[in-house]
Amino acid sequence: MSSEKRSFSSLKSYVPRRGLFDPCPPIGYKYYSTPPNLYLGFQPPGLPQFSPQEALKKGTLWKVFYDYYDNPYRKGGKGRG
Amino acid sequence: MWVYEKKLQYPVKVSTCNPTLAKYLMEQYGGADGELAAALRYMNQRYTIPDKVIGLLNDIATEEFSHLEMIATMIYKLTKDATPQQLREAGLAEHYVSHDSALFYNNAAGVPFTAAYIQAKGDPIADLYEDIAAEEKARATYQWIIDMSDDPDLNDSLRFLREREIIHSQRFREAVEIVKDDRGQKKIF
Repeated sequence: MSSEKRSFSSLKSYVPRRGLFDPCPPIGYKYYSTPPNLYLGFQPPGLPQFSPQEALKKGTLWKVFYDYYDNPYRKGGKGRG
Repeated sequence: MWVYEKKLQYPVKVSTCNPTLAKYLMEQYGGADGELAAALRYMNQRYTIPDKVIGLLNDIATEEFSHLEMIATMIYKLTKDATPQQLREAGLAEHYVSHDSALFYNNAAGVPFTAAYIQAKGDPIADLYEDIAAEEKARATYQWIIDMSDDPDLNDSLRFLREREIIHSQRFREAVEIVKDDRGQKKIF
């Protein structure tokens, strides 16, 4: 995760509406990604960078665009904690 | 013209023998929102897009081919030592009778690739918006594959590819800003 403070979360959730006769037990929360590219607009100059080695590993040079993803439905995943 | 570097963009390591994952990965190989569709879409649209963003489409199309190569490597590693019985258990019996364990541009459900998956409308906004949507769909597909996969090394490579989709989406969004910008033109009010 980037050390920068972000004004947004990159994982959102909602509780699907429950009908009276739904056949399956409720999933609880449904999760969806809202990655950082949705919030920045045109990239401003001078943003903090990862080291070249780290950037090659993470898939981006720019800390602000890094968004780690893991299965949010698994126990210990980002969603269920 | 291209210069080929004989290595993958990011290392591909698969730690568990799970041919079912190969079936899922085919969605990114020959699926509607897969790497082949992405590469061919951008490579073709670049001819009829404003000069300022041709280079972007060229670069991203090129990178998509290196992603395609990574996906191919994953599928190959997951299926090369599988017996026909193992492939049948993985849901790949139909693939086997048509292709043995050769790779083919099918999606996860076995539907072969078609050019109908991609578009070139000639309208820069329509094309760039399609490209943004394609990147978000590919990002979502990577998420669903990561959700289905228990292989930590494979997921590591898939996370890299998902991050690249985010960056591509960002750059296409910036391309929209560039082609719609009025700067440098005389405005008369």
